[in-house]
Amino acid sequence: MSAHRTVATARRVLAQLRHDPRTIALLLVVPAMLMTLLAWILDDANWQRYAPGLLGIFPMLVMFLVTSVATLRERTSGTLERLLSMPMSKADFVFGYALAFGLLAIVQAIIVGGLCFVALGLTMRGPTSLVLMVAVLDGLLGTALGLFVSAFAQTEFQAVQFMPVALLPQFLLCGLIVPTDDLPSVLRFLSALLPLTYAFDAMQKLAQNEVVSSGFWVDVAILVAMALALLTAGTATLRRRTR
Amino acid sequence: MNDHAVQLTNVVVNRNGILALDDVSVGIGFGRITGLLGPSGSGKSTLMRAIVGVQIVASGSVTVLGLPAGAPELRSRVGYVTQAPSVYRDLTVRENLSYFRNILGTRNADVDRVLEAVDLTSVQSQMVKTLSGGQEGRVSLATALLGKPELLILDEPTVGLDPVLRRDLWALFHTLADSGITILISSHVMDEASRCHDLILMRDGKLLAQGTERELLLQTSTDDIESAFLHLVDGHT
Ligand SMILES: Nc1ncnc2c1ncn2[C@@H]1O[C@H](COP(=O)(O)OP(=O)(O)OP(=O)(O)O)[C@@H](O)[C@H]1O
Ligand SMILES: [Mg+2]
Repeated sequence: MSAHRTVATARRVLAQLRHDPRTIALLLVVPAMLMTLLAWILDDANWQRYAPGLLGIFPMLVMFLVTSVATLRERTSGTLERLLSMPMSKADFVFGYALAFGLLAIVQAIIVGGLCFVALGLTMRGPTSLVLMVAVLDGLLGTALGLFVSAFAQTEFQAVQFMPVALLPQFLLCGLIVPTDDLPSVLRFLSALLPLTYAFDAMQKLAQNEVVSSGFWVDVAILVAMALALLTAGTATLRRRTR
Repeated sequence: MNDHAVQLTNVVVNRNGILALDDVSVGIGFGRITGLLGPSGSGKSTLMRAIVGVQIVASGSVTVLGLPAGAPELRSRVGYVTQAPSVYRDLTVRENLSYFRNILGTRNADVDRVLEAVDLTSVQSQMVKTLSGGQEGRVSLATALLGKPELLILDEPTVGLDPVLRRDLWALFHTLADSGITILISSHVMDEASRCHDLILMRDGKLLAQGTERELLLQTSTDDIESAFLHLVDGHT
């Protein structure tokens, strides 16, 4: 792996995005719009209850979609094959994407978080910087998942269809709708295997406690481990030789 | 080291239950332009993929510049242009080349050199998706010229180009070959045969014949490669 090639790849991915202002707008504006809508339809108690969790869900959703489509395009257009026939390691490729979309996740988190805190009256007791960190980690998890899933899709249409498969169950089981403690034991076990559960929990902890607990750091550690594991699994789906 | 830049020995490739390469043994001489000719589906692209090392090979061996095909050391020494242009359509011509140059770790001036070589300097800041098919193909070709490749594998690089450009590109290929670069170039246009030093004729995944144009014409007592090909096909069936 080389830092030089990873950075070059990240810059190239960002250059592609720069030529596509509509996608950037969708990435940044849609989550902000949805949060505004939510603040509007919920009373304050419910808004304070649901918003922190959603702050952790949007980055994953959005990054999942862009990554799965972008990497699928690389697979089908032959550019991935070209890159892998050059002095480029698979890790350069994967971490290049992670770096580019990680940066995008930061911008997204700043915009959406800023909107919620400043204009929409959301209060979270924990440090804002940690809210940002969890959002970015979440975005990375979305990137990792998208990369992994793109290996199983043959068309962009399929890649998009994987979204409900990969993300909806996580959304239902993460604790947002029913607290994980109240889930039937099989589902509670399942929810413990899913990354979004920890992202949601970490956001909840930041919302409720001023003091950052060790439980929060356990969540963060699990998120980091899962993101790395998924990125590694994503790397394994890249093949230099094909049939 | 032998006197061949590329040596395939009894190579068998199975693609989706089809024998895309059926026991192919062939050598490619150093510093020569070898034309790989054959009808659609005869296995030209598959053979090239085997040489680049991106094709899973069922049996046989492929040696490239003295190393097994696909060896990491070869990745900066072999330039490969796939049949369908493999460049980023949502980047400009220059951004594409700059990125690939970065991956190869060569100098920035390299980009200008290859732009010049494929005559794309004037459209360098245009998005690839706004180019014509022939121009897009040349962006892909330019990418393979970056760095110092010793072996160029070009899958139908002149398809869809006008006669003037075709002539210019062939002149470029000959300049490259004169500087010692080995070139394998596929085509199903038989009239490009006379521009190659050596020829490899393929059909249905099998090697039909190999040699210079003169040798093949003599061997088949014909006076153009198309007739020679048909003669060989008839002889085989
Ligand atoms: N991606 C693929 N998956 C499965 N089989 C393939 C694939 N690509 C090609 N084949 C099969 O392999 C055989 C050889 O194909 P190949 O692409 O090597 O031919 P070709 O000589 O390059 O043809 P053309 O002149 O049309 O490019 C064909 O029978 C084709 O159906
Ligand atoms: Mg072909």
